[in-house]
This record gives sequence, C-alpha cells and structure tokens, in this order.
Amino acid sequence: MANANLAFAALSDPTRRGVFERLQSGESSVGDLARGLPVSRAAVSQHLKVLKEAGLVVDRAEGTRRVYRIDPHGLGSLRAWLDRFWGLALQAYADQVERTEGEQ
Amino acid sequence: MNRVIQPAPVRKSVVVRAPRERAFEVFTAGIGRWWPKTHHIGAAEMQTQVIEPRLGGRWFERDIDGTECEIGKVLVWDPPEVLVLAWQLTPDWKFDPTLVTEVEVRFVSETPITTRVELEHRNLERLGDRAEALRQQIDSPNGWGALLDLYARATGG
Repeated sequence: MANANLAFAALSDPTRRGVFERLQSGESSVGDLARGLPVSRAAVSQHLKVLKEAGLVVDRAEGTRRVYRIDPHGLGSLRAWLDRFWGLALQAYADQVERTEGEQ
Repeated sequence: MNRVIQPAPVRKSVVVRAPRERAFEVFTAGIGRWWPKTHHIGAAEMQTQVIEPRLGGRWFERDIDGTECEIGKVLVWDPPEVLVLAWQLTPDWKFDPTLVTEVEVRFVSETPITTRVELEHRNLERLGDRAEALRQQIDSPNGWGALLDLYARATGG
C-alpha cells in the first residue's frame, strides 16, 4: 500500500491538487494545464511527475507533446485499501454468523 | 474549480446463513466478535467494539486498558433492513468528528434462512479532503504510511 501513501502525499500540495482536479474534466497537455494555473509550465510538469509517480495520473505521447489524464485505478489506492478491508471484515462477519447459527 | 474528486463507493456483499434478523443482530450487537482485531484505533489491544443500537448511537472500540476510541455513529437504525454508520476515521485511522463518510449496510432476505448483506462505503472523496491535514503525519515515521503497511500485511496485500 505504499501507493496510497504516495497518493495522499501527492495530493497534500494544494497546487498539485489543483492540477489533478483540472484533469477531472478530461485529458490535457502540460501547456493547456499551465495556461489555466498561476504557475509555470515547468512547475506543472514537476507536479505531473509526482502525480504520475503516485499512480494518480497516466500520460501518453501525442505527436511531440504529452497528454495526461487521471488514472481511474490510481485515484482509488485508498479506495482499494478500504475495499480490501471490507472484504476481509465481511468474511469474518459471515464466519461469525456461521458459528453462532451452529450454536443454536 | 471547485469540482470534487469522487472515487466510486466501495461495495461489497456476502451471503450469510441466517435469517436477516439474526444477520442484523450479529452485525451490530456482535460486532465485537467479528471485527478483525488487527484493525483497531487505540494504542492498546482492542477488547471489543460497540454499536449503540439507536439513531445517533456511538460506534466505538474498547481497548483492553479500558480506553474507548470513537469510530463514528449510527445515522440510520432500521433493523432488520438497514443500518447506516458514519465512519469518521481519517486515512491514518484516527477519529475526526468533522469527517463523515457513510457505511450503509442492507440486509436482504434471499431465502428464509439466508441473507445477502450488502455494504456500501461512500463519500470517500471526503477522505481525500483530509490529505492536507495529514501531511505531517505522513512525514513522520509513525505516520499512516507505517500503519498502511501493517494494514496491507494484515489483509494479505
């Protein structure tokens, strides 16, 4: 679950969160993102790099530029953690029902 | 700009061999007997966990040293059909009264002796809102990164 840790660390920076939230409306290039934010293109690039390392965004080449989009799986690293937790918990619950029904 | 990131809710279901009244009772009154003891909030070992059986009731764990740690509260109490709990734990497994994510549990009769239990944990984007507040804890060696590692091991991940 190092990924969830990275994801939260990545989103703890307000500017970076801003970059991430912008990508919610669809994929975008570094240049397009930089135009809508009060930070330099280089800074946006750096934020995207961190977001990518945290598994929150993915990129692809489009001609000479790179376009980024939210990785629908990456956003859910915390979600995946809860998903696994509830899976485990519900199984433990079902086992408990089984045990108590056996006693009756 | 004020768009909210919305991860899909976590949805899980399990079929248990009991009528739904019994299924509801084990889930609520019996939570201390099935909740994974590896997943607790307090510093001490968890002794039991309690859901007070009423609207607004507390949901908390009691540790072997007597400490009680809040997890959340009851938002909907409608036995034997539905239970909605407020899960008020931050991703670092700490209670935050200003944070409310909802855990809805529905008990659906499949046959007279089996019940499908459907669980939905939603509003997960609110956990993300806490990211800023978590920065310090994340940076500490005892932060939730360490806890998550424990978690992953406990859940076989």
